[in-house]
Amino acid sequence: MRNVGTIFSKEIRTYFTSPVAYGLMAFFAILSGYFFYVYVAIFVTRGMESQMAGRAMPMDVNEWVVRPVLMNVSVIGLFLIPLITMRVFSEEKARGTMELLTTSPVRDMEIILGKWFAALAMYAAIVAVAFLNILFLYLYGKPEITPILTGFLGLVLQGGMLLAIGTFISTTTKNQIVAAFSTFAICLILWVLDWVSSVSQEAWAKVVSYLSVVTHFEPFSKGVIDTKDVVFYLTMIFLGLFLTARSLESERWRA
Amino acid sequence: MISVEGLSKRYARNTAVDNISFEVQKGQIVGFLGPNGAGKTTTMRILTCFLPPSAGKASVAGFDVLEQPLEVKRRIGYLPETPPLYPEMEVEDYLRFVGKLKGIPGAELPRRLSDAMEKCAVADVRNKLIAKLSKGYRQRVGLAQAIIHNPEVLILDEPTSGLDPKQIHETRELIKGLAGDHTIILSTHILPEVESICERVIIISKGKVVATDTVDHLTNRLRGSESMLVEVEPRDSAIPLDPQEVQRRLEQVAGVSRVVARDIRSVRLQFEVESLQNRTIRAELARAVVESGWNLNELRPVALSLEEVFLQLTSSDAAASIAGDTPEVIQ
Repeated sequence: MRNVGTIFSKEIRTYFTSPVAYGLMAFFAILSGYFFYVYVAIFVTRGMESQMAGRAMPMDVNEWVVRPVLMNVSVIGLFLIPLITMRVFSEEKARGTMELLTTSPVRDMEIILGKWFAALAMYAAIVAVAFLNILFLYLYGKPEITPILTGFLGLVLQGGMLLAIGTFISTTTKNQIVAAFSTFAICLILWVLDWVSSVSQEAWAKVVSYLSVVTHFEPFSKGVIDTKDVVFYLTMIFLGLFLTARSLESERWRA
Repeated sequence: MISVEGLSKRYARNTAVDNISFEVQKGQIVGFLGPNGAGKTTTMRILTCFLPPSAGKASVAGFDVLEQPLEVKRRIGYLPETPPLYPEMEVEDYLRFVGKLKGIPGAELPRRLSDAMEKCAVADVRNKLIAKLSKGYRQRVGLAQAIIHNPEVLILDEPTSGLDPKQIHETRELIKGLAGDHTIILSTHILPEVESICERVIIISKGKVVATDTVDHLTNRLRGSESMLVEVEPRDSAIPLDPQEVQRRLEQVAGVSRVVARDIRSVRLQFEVESLQNRTIRAELARAVVESGWNLNELRPVALSLEEVFLQLTSSDAAASIAGDTPEVIQ
């Protein structure tokens, strides 16, 4: 465990000593701020409309602001993942520092876990920026706290899964651009898989849409923690990290 | 300390290391010598548990590289050909990270850090970014990284490649200074390096060990005979000497096996004279020249450098004859 900690803190320092972390945070703050503004503006307009019409409409700040903002944040997250994971192992391989890690008395899994937890912490820190916006809602109203917390949990789980897949992809190439692009392609596919459910309700379509990350995130944004979704994310995280370990090992035997 | 038995590493298309065996005793500095692509790096990578062998056994301090890799890794300091550095880290932070990775207890870490930095003379750049360091400093930080946990065995892959002459000298002195506490294997294709640092040499070529011996023995074994350079000058420079006459005279000297003309176009004539096995011919040569009424300008042994030994060994036909009578185990 001590080794996981050593790798974790080194990785975190690497993220935050490079301008990339701050760049990503700024990019994310702007985008999520924009979405927040748009949904709040829509909410306000509707509120005024309902006053003008003279009849009270149910105004639910969770349903109209928090949930759509979280859904959008989850999609922007898909674009962040490749930028975080592209360097995880590719950079080590390109620089030759992989030789330092694998000739130190450290297990492969400790290296992988240290790196994955650091990537997850980085991702959580970026995503947390979006929650600063949501806090402003408390100045003027009383949004329910549960969907906000479960939303964050859902984002972290979804991020953890995609980061595990991205980490695996970064073990397969020295080239960061290739790693980023392949990870992005996979994130995109896992996002749009859900769309078949609107075309067909047959068994295959259900299976395909089950694999989509978005299907599993939606309940979280509504404040529901469904075991089915948690199991899905945890299984995929385990699969991604397992593949990473196998990939590192097979590389050693092939190289 | 290190024992390698019948080790092979095969790739899909070629064999990088082919059934090599050798042993290294505690405290020795051993040079791994061979042309590029001979299998030096592969062998070192197997010893450091970076690569698994295809066949054979390798063990470090009694631990097998396949069965107890963590124990082996704990006892090894490794400097790969390109030092494994993180350019965005400062020297001291980097070394602290490596120290923790190698399992140095927290209480001991500060002492080990300053020790390694002092030994490798990088203390003055401890707060500099590695990205800003010169190549020589990077190499030294790489060395500091390898010795930080005070390993029993040091494996250095071409530690002086890419350095300038002054840095090469400093690095060699540093490595020599580390001997005694550590068993060191270093690979190189630079022969003077082996002559100046190592006690023993393992010469490998095309994945096979072609010779293992001490530096002195190797040069001696390949030259049981002595080779002298003789320069002769006429006493009166107006009357040039007849090269063939001089050559005939030299050939008549007792113990001489062969005379080769080196440079006979100028007034001064140069010959290379080879002796028979185990015969010294210097005195006789000098007497012969002087008694013939010529001036003896120069008489010196032509040393067979390790370079020539190396070329002889690694050119394939010579290798076969030498490898046959080579003891495979280094004492």
